[in-house]
Amino acid sequence: MGLVTPELGTFIWMFIAFASVFFLLKKYAWPAIVDAIEERNNSIKEALLSAESAKEEMAKLQADNQKILKEARREREGMLKEAKELGDQIVREAKTKATEEAEKVVESARQAIESDKVAALSEIKAQVATLSVEIAEKVLRRQFEDDQQQKDYFQKLMKEVNIN
Amino acid sequence: MKHIHRLLLIAFFFTCLTPAFASVSDEHEHEIHQESHNKKKFEPGNFIMDHIADAYDWHVFSYGDFHFTAPLPVIVYSEHSGFHVFMSSNFHHGHSSYKGFELAKEGEYRGKVVEMVNGHHVRPFDISMTKNVVSMLISMIFLLWVFISVAKTYTKRKGQEPKGLQAYLEPIIVFVIDEIAKPAIGEKKYKKFVPFLLTIFFFIWLNNLMGLVPFIPGGANVTGNITITMVLALFTFIITTVNGNKNYWKHIFNTPGVPWWLKFPVPLMPLVELMGVFTKPFVLMVRLFANITAGHMIVLAFVSLIFIFGEMSPALGMGTSVISVFFVIFMDVLELLVALIQAYVFTLLSALYFGMAVEEHH
Repeated sequence: MGLVTPELGTFIWMFIAFASVFFLLKKYAWPAIVDAIEERNNSIKEALLSAESAKEEMAKLQADNQKILKEARREREGMLKEAKELGDQIVREAKTKATEEAEKVVESARQAIESDKVAALSEIKAQVATLSVEIAEKVLRRQFEDDQQQKDYFQKLMKEVNIN
Repeated sequence: MKHIHRLLLIAFFFTCLTPAFASVSDEHEHEIHQESHNKKKFEPGNFIMDHIADAYDWHVFSYGDFHFTAPLPVIVYSEHSGFHVFMSSNFHHGHSSYKGFELAKEGEYRGKVVEMVNGHHVRPFDISMTKNVVSMLISMIFLLWVFISVAKTYTKRKGQEPKGLQAYLEPIIVFVIDEIAKPAIGEKKYKKFVPFLLTIFFFIWLNNLMGLVPFIPGGANVTGNITITMVLALFTFIITTVNGNKNYWKHIFNTPGVPWWLKFPVPLMPLVELMGVFTKPFVLMVRLFANITAGHMIVLAFVSLIFIFGEMSPALGMGTSVISVFFVIFMDVLELLVALIQAYVFTLLSALYFGMAVEEHH
């Protein structure tokens, strides 16, 4: 049976051809192909992982941003409140100061009035004394003319003084 | 799943390329010629054998009496007349002898080059570039060209998506690595065997497909040739044996888990195991050869039916041809599947043997 009998010639050709093709492919084709596929698989895997981590990072950043924004808002509110308080205080202080000042002015005015009054009174007193002296002088002058008249006059003068 | 889709797509692509009709018509014409020329009765056995067996020339087409064949070099060394190199066209399709050599028509050496010595046929040492050898060399060059250029593409387009031929071959390469090498050999040691597995997978698949193409550069029955499958199996055997570790040899000569009296004084188990070392590659050789040859035989048998019935009456032959052609197309499509499956099985079993050879004790 020729069909199942190996042929030496074909064997030799096939052995040499297969061995050399195997050797050449092993040297020049397969490592490049297999390594490239593996390398690409790895790089895809890494890229997926890094994309995942980038996504997480992004979410974290976003959360951070939100937090910062919130904090900033709170800070702004605080600052506004503080400023308002400060303003109020200044206004209040100004008011107090103004009131004090006004009071001081009024006080000094009152004191001036008082002192003027005292001065006026003392002047009046002095005037009265002078008047009294003048009256007394006039009285003394009339004494010697008529006692009765003198008395009446005196009395009249006294009345006049009393009115004052 | 994705790999399988791609594979099916490629198989479909080859289906389109393989004109099943051509295989029929080609053989048809050839036979009509033989019949009219020789005026001999049609012999389906010889017809089938001639188409399956190796040849010294490569038949392209025949029309009536006109044969067109590509002559191939005959290289023989004879003890009687020395070394000879000449073209097979000198035999004139087996009708004449040349330098004392001729093609045997009958007997043990039917279809082979023999030398007439003292009225006896003597087979010389024959390293002719036969149809199978040339076809095999063409596919080897094709494989080299394809994969070296694909490798170049990989180097050029590092880290980029696959493109063109590379995109078609990558799923198959990945399939061989991920579905054959890794599960059969193991994650740790598969790398070393990947080049061999890829080489035999693509060599077997390509030649299975080429065998289905009925005209040049196909038409040769390379993977249905016992010598070719023998060399492939021999490589698997050599690689398995060379890589066999301590554990592998221990399993053969001192199989664990077997009662001692099966090993001593009569080493029954070691003998059985040692036989297994040789039967494994032997089975690989026979399986590929038998599957491919059987497929071709069935196709040719359906074609023969046309001539058998045609000899009885032309009308009967015409009627039979309709049915036969239908079955031949069916078989050719089936053979496309077998071409892939046999390449897969040969590669997978080789990988399993390598896996056994490098398996660590556990």
